[in-house]
Amino acid sequence: MPQIVVEQLVKTYQVAERTPGLWGAVRGVVRRRHRTVRALDGVSFAIERGELVGYIGPNGAGKSTTVKALSGILVPDGGRCEVAGRVPWLQRVAHVAEIGVVFGQRTQLWWDLPVIESFELLRDIYRVPPARYARSRDRMIGLLDLAPLLDVPVRQLSLGQRMRCDLAAALLHAPAILFLDEPTIGLDAVSKLAVRDFIKQLNRDEGVTVILTTHDLDDIEALCTRVMVIAHGKILSDGALEELRARVTRERWLTVDLVDPGVAIDDPEAAEIRRDGHRVCLAFDPQVVAPAELIRRITSRHAVRDLFVENPPIETIVARLYAAHGAAGDTGAGAP
Amino acid sequence: MTGGALRPYRAIISARFRMLLQYRAAAIAGLWTQLVFGLALIMIYQALYRSSPAAVQPMAFAQLASYVWLGQALLAMLPWNVDAEVRDMVRSGAIAYELARPVDLYGLWYARAVAQRTAPTVLRAAPMVVFAGFVLPLLGAADWQLAPPPSLAAGAGFVAALAAALALSCAISVLVNISLMWTLGSDGVVVLFTTTVALLSGLMIPLPLFPGWAQGALGWLPFAGVFDLPFRIYAGHLAAGDLAIVLARQLGWTVALIALGRWLLGRGMRRVVVQGG
Repeated sequence: MPQIVVEQLVKTYQVAERTPGLWGAVRGVVRRRHRTVRALDGVSFAIERGELVGYIGPNGAGKSTTVKALSGILVPDGGRCEVAGRVPWLQRVAHVAEIGVVFGQRTQLWWDLPVIESFELLRDIYRVPPARYARSRDRMIGLLDLAPLLDVPVRQLSLGQRMRCDLAAALLHAPAILFLDEPTIGLDAVSKLAVRDFIKQLNRDEGVTVILTTHDLDDIEALCTRVMVIAHGKILSDGALEELRARVTRERWLTVDLVDPGVAIDDPEAAEIRRDGHRVCLAFDPQVVAPAELIRRITSRHAVRDLFVENPPIETIVARLYAAHGAAGDTGAGAP
Repeated sequence: MTGGALRPYRAIISARFRMLLQYRAAAIAGLWTQLVFGLALIMIYQALYRSSPAAVQPMAFAQLASYVWLGQALLAMLPWNVDAEVRDMVRSGAIAYELARPVDLYGLWYARAVAQRTAPTVLRAAPMVVFAGFVLPLLGAADWQLAPPPSLAAGAGFVAALAAALALSCAISVLVNISLMWTLGSDGVVVLFTTTVALLSGLMIPLPLFPGWAQGALGWLPFAGVFDLPFRIYAGHLAAGDLAIVLARQLGWTVALIALGRWLLGRGMRRVVVQGG
């Protein structure tokens, strides 16, 4: 039986709408109009023990709502959800004792306390026995290189340092499941790599199930064997990253820095999608034309300073996924 | 297993307590303000007492002086402000973490309130007592001083009533903090509440000085239990024999307000979690 089962989960919010202007504000005091937003509109999936699943989608798609429902913080309006045999919001205390949560934009550490004191506080809050605490603390300190940070008050940490400490804080009680909500947001390249390495290692060595929401497709590519895409409260795609790409588009982008900015690149198998001074971005299908062949053709015809090939960013993939599902507008966001 | 069921709450109290002890500058500033306030109040009441016959005064001037000084010394115990940490959590959405902890949420917030009400009080009370109880008589202003309780029973009764006052004050403090979930940290409600508490607890005007028609209502409101009732036991204005009824009122309110807080916190959490979908 899967560790996490979600079936037809529904959550709607009432959002107060204000009419703009002074008269609107005055009317708003007396009577507010409400709009219903379906943050989750029949979400279903199952996750096995030890999986590392990426969960992506644009802002407001329902990612955080799902994570909050799974972590017992939020009560959905309908559907079924079981994590390790428990309904998170009904058995909240027992449930949260066995999960770890990191919300990337917020810290769970105590702002004014040195890091180590936050850890000790969490040890007491989670009632971790001293010997077990000492073991997992030392392990985290080693894996995340925290030794120089332990006596620093949290408010003095850089974002990258804080995120490493937050990860450790979420794992001191050795949870079987870890929910990470945008753990790499705002981090510099070095910190991102450190966080990714750690997550990977944790999943591989300890079999911790990880659910990771992110806007950074590189996180997904580096970590996840499986990616779920949500938009307008519905799961649009669930499978390996390559499957998702293949389903949505085979397109790849070639960015070329030309010596002469005025030149047009006319290639029947590459479409210009953007031009910014010397820089031209072309889209092509690698199954129609091999990247090496395309590069050879272009460099033989034009003076090129630099070039690189990349996958279209997550925004593009997801935007096309909407289009493919006929949800390009805002139709799924709920009727007034 | 180590630690009892109370381990998380004890840990929170102790951590918050230590954090709040760091605010020494605020304590010194507060101390000065309260010193001036105390002296001003006492001078005003002295003028008032001198202008009317002693027979009609509802409490002796010496009792009143002690009452005023206790109020100034224990000001931080009054549930008059919000917990800055809770306010920041509500604003930033970090409050979601509170629900991700394997503890009873109300218990967690009550533990916070205990630290919030004791740490600053510890910092401020001792110097105020030294000033009002020992320095003032040395300066020749013995009639303005914080006098010792008239009897051992009054002193012991005060300690018991003060402990109950702390329990009650924390229950009210949690309610004030919960209100942040509806006001999202705006200060309007808090300012309104601060004034109400300052007036109805006896901080600004000792409750026995209120007109007779107001006495009944004031005595039965929860705020009297925080300052007025323990202070009157201390000053001997209430007999030590009245302690039982004072404690019953304080603890009755504490239980009722804890029940109310639990209910509101459950509703408030559902609201706040929506922030930042």
